[in-house]
Amino acid sequence: MKVPHGYLRVHMGLLLLFLYAPIAVLLVLSFNASRLPSVWGGFSLIWYRSLANNELILQAVQNTLVVAVVVTLLSTVLGTLLAVGLQRTVRSRTLDAVLFLPAVIPDIVLAIGLLSFFNLLRFSLGLHTIILAHTVFDMIFVAAIVRTRLGYFDRRIEEASLDLYAGPVETFLRVTLPAIFPGVIAGALVAFTLSVDEFVIAFFNSGPSSITFPIRVYSLIRFGITPEINAVAAIVLVFSLLVVFAALRLARPQGEDRVGHGPVA
Amino acid sequence: MSSFKRFIPRAVLVGPGMGYWIVFFLAPIGLLLAYSFLERGPFGGVIAEFTWGNYPRLFDPLYLKVLLTSVRIALVATSIALLLGYPAAYFIANASKRWRVPLLFLVILPFWTSFLIRTYAWMVLLSPVGLINKALIGIGLIDDPLPLLYNELAIVIGLVYAYIPLMILPLFASLERLGGELREASADLFASPFESFRTITLPLTLPGIVAGCIFVFVPSLGNFIIPDLLGGGRKVMIGNLIQQQFLQARDWPFGAVLAIAVVVLMLLLLGVQAQVLRREQATES
Amino acid sequence: MRRQGFHGFVAAATTAALMLAACGGSGGGSEGSEDSTQTTSGGSEDQELGGKLVISNWDAYMPKNLIPSFEKKTGVDVEVAVHTTNEDIMGKIQAQSGSGFDLVFVSGQFVEPLVQQGWAAEVDPSQIANLENLYPEASELGYDPGNSHSVPYTWGTTGLCYRTDLVNAEPTSWDVFHDPPAELDGKMTMLGTDRWLLQPALLAEGASINSTDPQIIEEAASWTVEAKQNLLGFDDTTFYSKLVSGEASLVQAWDGWCNYGIAEDKNIEFVIPQEGSDVWTDTMVILESSQNKAAAHAFIDHVLEPKNGKAVAELVLYKVPNQPAMEKLDGKLVEQYPNLGIEPAELLQQEPVKEIGGDGLQLWSDAVAQVKGG
Repeated sequence: MKVPHGYLRVHMGLLLLFLYAPIAVLLVLSFNASRLPSVWGGFSLIWYRSLANNELILQAVQNTLVVAVVVTLLSTVLGTLLAVGLQRTVRSRTLDAVLFLPAVIPDIVLAIGLLSFFNLLRFSLGLHTIILAHTVFDMIFVAAIVRTRLGYFDRRIEEASLDLYAGPVETFLRVTLPAIFPGVIAGALVAFTLSVDEFVIAFFNSGPSSITFPIRVYSLIRFGITPEINAVAAIVLVFSLLVVFAALRLARPQGEDRVGHGPVA
Repeated sequence: MSSFKRFIPRAVLVGPGMGYWIVFFLAPIGLLLAYSFLERGPFGGVIAEFTWGNYPRLFDPLYLKVLLTSVRIALVATSIALLLGYPAAYFIANASKRWRVPLLFLVILPFWTSFLIRTYAWMVLLSPVGLINKALIGIGLIDDPLPLLYNELAIVIGLVYAYIPLMILPLFASLERLGGELREASADLFASPFESFRTITLPLTLPGIVAGCIFVFVPSLGNFIIPDLLGGGRKVMIGNLIQQQFLQARDWPFGAVLAIAVVVLMLLLLGVQAQVLRREQATES
Repeated sequence: MRRQGFHGFVAAATTAALMLAACGGSGGGSEGSEDSTQTTSGGSEDQELGGKLVISNWDAYMPKNLIPSFEKKTGVDVEVAVHTTNEDIMGKIQAQSGSGFDLVFVSGQFVEPLVQQGWAAEVDPSQIANLENLYPEASELGYDPGNSHSVPYTWGTTGLCYRTDLVNAEPTSWDVFHDPPAELDGKMTMLGTDRWLLQPALLAEGASINSTDPQIIEEAASWTVEAKQNLLGFDDTTFYSKLVSGEASLVQAWDGWCNYGIAEDKNIEFVIPQEGSDVWTDTMVILESSQNKAAAHAFIDHVLEPKNGKAVAELVLYKVPNQPAMEKLDGKLVEQYPNLGIEPAELLQQEPVKEIGGDGLQLWSDAVAQVKGG
């Protein structure tokens, strides 16, 4: 018997509409000749042109990308290893819960706590401190998502692999990792997304000139969201779309199923 | 089991993550915990004088009311996110392989633009003179603009919108492992797809559900931008309160106390999650 | 191998990221292109000071050429950090125990906390010749008597900003929020920042805007809770665009911000209610931890150049306490934005915003939480 695909399809479509409605708005507004979002002044490309000269914003976007990529890599590795390791250790429920605290603590608390900590250690602030700070909570998000996947992972295939004289590392890379891969990808996506748009922790842990895009956007709040900012968002969006689909093209296997599909019988 | 000894040692797996956690999380939070027991400085910060006095303030009816309001709004947002997110995650998990990852990216992509930009875009949509109202009035469905902004409804919409990918992704990870064979097998065993869903799919994806709910509930509590912009400052959530204590009132000790209260609440929730996860593992083996 | 492509992508991305980071992901924060076509300040001699100066300010709050011309004149390398609110930068300074910057721009009421914690450096007037450009009133502002630890940058007041075409009569009192005429019901906003949220109530009841009397604050909170019923909401940042779009007809606004609305819609006007208002000041403070106080002083001196003061007023549409700068302002500008023409004497009739201390802040923030959350 079939799952009622019709309803699900409609639901997905409506959800995408919901997700992209504000995006459509901001795209349209980026071509608004008028500065205020409430008034349409006619179609114009002036904001894109001024953006090309706006070194401050461009630098901020670059900083954000650098931070996000490094944070994603760090937290995906640390988080995945952590999840796999935790799965095997006998531990108390309390420790489990406590470990996940960085993901649930209010950001201003983590922000000020980390800054005070860096200050105590006389650590200089810069992009690196933002990276360190973001990794703290992103690592836990990755671990949490990978764990939902690990819960059903049948370790017998690991045993089988080890019995067949594959080394521990090889077993991990060729047996464990592929099975939990969707979780790792989902976790990495979350980590990237959370870092790219994070303001509070980034602001408090940034050096004077390590300004990220969210910080830049928030600091311009006096002028509302200028169409220039919308233009940046539009460009970031289109660029991400291109990068993502290019990557998918590169990564597409030759008709192989690279997404794990439950226990191998 | 002897073979487990031959796998990568647990210390190697857990070590880096735990080490990082201890240095960059435990230490800073320990600092704040210490602050919660100190006196506030007259002009900000803390002075090195021990006091219990910060904690009783937590039970002031004003703050309890804020806490309750926040929890209520966050719960509503989480429930809606679950209702909206689960079918979407299900759809993506069961889509053909070449569509799965692109769909995930489509869901995530809006969130790579700035949160503030998207929130302002919602204001343009929801405002009394905004696009939605203009459209509805234009068609003639309504005469007066609907109050879609500067109220709790707007806050909920904003929160659901802000955190729904954090609901969909864990759900996807959880749902994805349910292969077609499992569904077919259960379909053979049960009378209706709904029963099959309720008995097999739902329980097996419970860890994903719990993770997704926590990922939405927690930041919803801590968010202070959405209540300010979309709520018109008419509601105060715990996030606003904590931020206010640290920054506007410059009362770090009490800010730390509020944060700890939220953390304790979270620990209880996480305990529930851990419980659910373990039960699932037990039934699995 | 089947994951080759993906690994390749990851490797490429990492390399790119690391290269970007190495090439200066964290460097180069100073202002954009050096505008060497415009001559820098007349008058003062070029002083070769060198060294570095780290400043934190609100974004887009300084004229484009201010920093480059300073760098050219003195050889100092300036790094500009941004903050969105006073509270943000205060939090950052607090967590770093008074260090991290050489010079910060904060509002007047935050000078005292910095001084009391020993983090504000004493201003050395001998290094700032242009101090004489300040109006005499600028040293009588109360939050820092004699400007011993701060130098004012801009100042202004708060009042009612409204659409003349959407109101039936010119508003004259803060009471309009509490007892609005019919056409204004549900079409007003008040400021949401703690120190300004309670101002209309306090002024309407004739109390001090720096009051820390629990009874008075309690009454102000009740007044504001009642006023809340008549409001669209509390708004710190988009209130003037609400006026332009017609979503609101009357808002509580800082005078400079009202000008941003006026720039978009000529029907907007600004008025100080009859009960009076506040006078706020944005100031420059040198931090005691600074290693380059000479450069910081030189920067303040540079800012107080009449031509630079004028550029600030023209950019931000705020008044500056710099007499020759204000006198140089284009008459047409003042005509377009009348509140630029408010004389210092008139400004000082209002009450300066001052620090209210830890207990006061606690009292106020509880009151605000009650108003907003109630």
